[in-house]
Amino acid sequence: MATWQLVQYLVTGITVGSIYAIVGLGFTIIYSVTGIINFAQGEFVMLGGMIAFSLIGLGFPMPVALILAVVLVTLVGIIFNLVAIRPAGRASTITLIIITIGGALFIRAVAGLYWGRDAVALPPFTGDESLSFLGAYILPQSLWVIGITAVLMVGVYLLLNRTLVGKALKAAAINRRAAALVGIDARMMSLVSFALAAATGAVAGVVIAPLSYASYDMGIMLGLKGFVAAAMGGFTGVWGVFLGGLGLGLAESLAAGYISSSYKNAIALIFLFAVLLIRSRRLMVGEEGA
Amino acid sequence: MPHFIRGRGKMLAIATLVVLLSIVPLLGNNYYTSVLLIIGIHAIVTVGLCLLMGYTGQVSLGHAAFYGIGAYIAAILSKTYHVDPWLAMVVAIIATAAFAFAIGFPVFRLRGNYLAMATLGLGIIIWILFRELDWITGGQSGFLDIPTLSIGGFAFDSDFRFYYLVWGFCLAVMFISQNIVGSRMGRAMRAIRDSESASQSLGINATLVKVKILALSAAYAALAGSLYAYYVGFIDPPPFGFLFSIRLVVMAVVGGLASIWGAIFGAASVRLLTEFLHPFGDIDVVLFGLIIVVVMILSPQGVIRGLGDLWRRISRRLTPS
Repeated sequence: MATWQLVQYLVTGITVGSIYAIVGLGFTIIYSVTGIINFAQGEFVMLGGMIAFSLIGLGFPMPVALILAVVLVTLVGIIFNLVAIRPAGRASTITLIIITIGGALFIRAVAGLYWGRDAVALPPFTGDESLSFLGAYILPQSLWVIGITAVLMVGVYLLLNRTLVGKALKAAAINRRAAALVGIDARMMSLVSFALAAATGAVAGVVIAPLSYASYDMGIMLGLKGFVAAAMGGFTGVWGVFLGGLGLGLAESLAAGYISSSYKNAIALIFLFAVLLIRSRRLMVGEEGA
Repeated sequence: MPHFIRGRGKMLAIATLVVLLSIVPLLGNNYYTSVLLIIGIHAIVTVGLCLLMGYTGQVSLGHAAFYGIGAYIAAILSKTYHVDPWLAMVVAIIATAAFAFAIGFPVFRLRGNYLAMATLGLGIIIWILFRELDWITGGQSGFLDIPTLSIGGFAFDSDFRFYYLVWGFCLAVMFISQNIVGSRMGRAMRAIRDSESASQSLGINATLVKVKILALSAAYAALAGSLYAYYVGFIDPPPFGFLFSIRLVVMAVVGGLASIWGAIFGAASVRLLTEFLHPFGDIDVVLFGLIIVVVMILSPQGVIRGLGDLWRRISRRLTPS
């Protein structure tokens, strides 16, 4: 096999893997703080890409459109938490699963009505002239994806570990009742976690849209893959998800390259079952009475 | 009175339902007949989902897969291999239930959120297989000319005839399910839902109960799927995808997750909403998203129970005590 080919697959794998890592980060943040798996996580990613596309169409300069898209999706995350999650209170896992599924269905269907069924593409951030690296072609957008992911991961890490909000979030994640005793408002933390997950999801949507088109129905598969990344990371901390995302992205791109691209999604699903069954015992801690 | 029909109100309601159902096709309107027929098919799948989700407390976000497997097995056996359609249907039901039984053991090592994600993934995998195994399933171009059911010389080849067949099966499934819920098995199911560890300490084999109910609900789905295949005469992957799995959850939620007869109400509400809103595009799906969020927050027991509670509260406030 040719080296340039391998390099090409590795670059693709790291690029998509970065996206999975960001999506997985959203799952991890919400799950560790609230115990909820947010089935609407993939829809935040979709909204990021689609809203950015519309804002650019309205004539906003690119950077403004991208930032505004992230802000708007963050608002969606906050509203979703306020109208759907907060009123449910301490509902059972089944109820919460159905609620976030309902949210996902709603967001996806509205997007389908508003933007139609066709996929849309964002212009790349800085040109589409590919760079040559060890004989492989790298689009500048790939570098943007990888760079922004790195910045985001470090940013979230610092936010969780070096700021008061972050420490409150972590406290709520470690022990909700103890956190409440020292005056940390659990409902506020739930809200913050949804806002943060929506924002990071939107960033993923915005940076990936120039590479692989955005469409109203992209949320499910992206959400599923983000979940796999988060589950591989064990739903704790930033770095586990990061490695999980990269692992999945690389496996997927190598399998697509050397076996067949029609098995790309199947790889993610195989990873899903593998990680669920291997880690089932560890993941089950605190899940009794589901 | 058999224990599965309790209370005069319920008897009356079921009798009314049966009478109404038998009259509609006599009106001679094929559109009404076909809509009600589809409702019957969906209600069969929904009641299985209710047994699994509402009574046993185990989520499935991939139930469309069982529906699809049933449809494809019946279709392929009867068309490609010229097996008698009734026999093909029986094989489809047994094979689908066996498949569910086999995957049940690893799958039910998972609970709650992880179970939900696993069933979602399974549903997608099966759907990919329907699409990719095109030398067996016809792939995206679909599977044509599926024969229809007949008894002796009497073929179920019109909406009118097929209608009674579907609702006959549907009512049978409802009675069987109501019986299970009222039996020892039903009590075990509810015990597992309310606390799995407590149920196990009482000697209930929780995994086995869950797997059996999964297999039963898969059998219902396969029955419905094969009826669908014989009725339409053509199948392709889209109706068996992720969205249909979620649609089934909507039906179960609207009718009341832990309500057998509610399944008919849920299936009917979802289908009728889709029919009414058809001219406006996919607006029905927007509503389904909203509806399940609202129902789960305000009245997790379903719309009928919720309205009943509301009515009782209002009437209590109106009558001075």
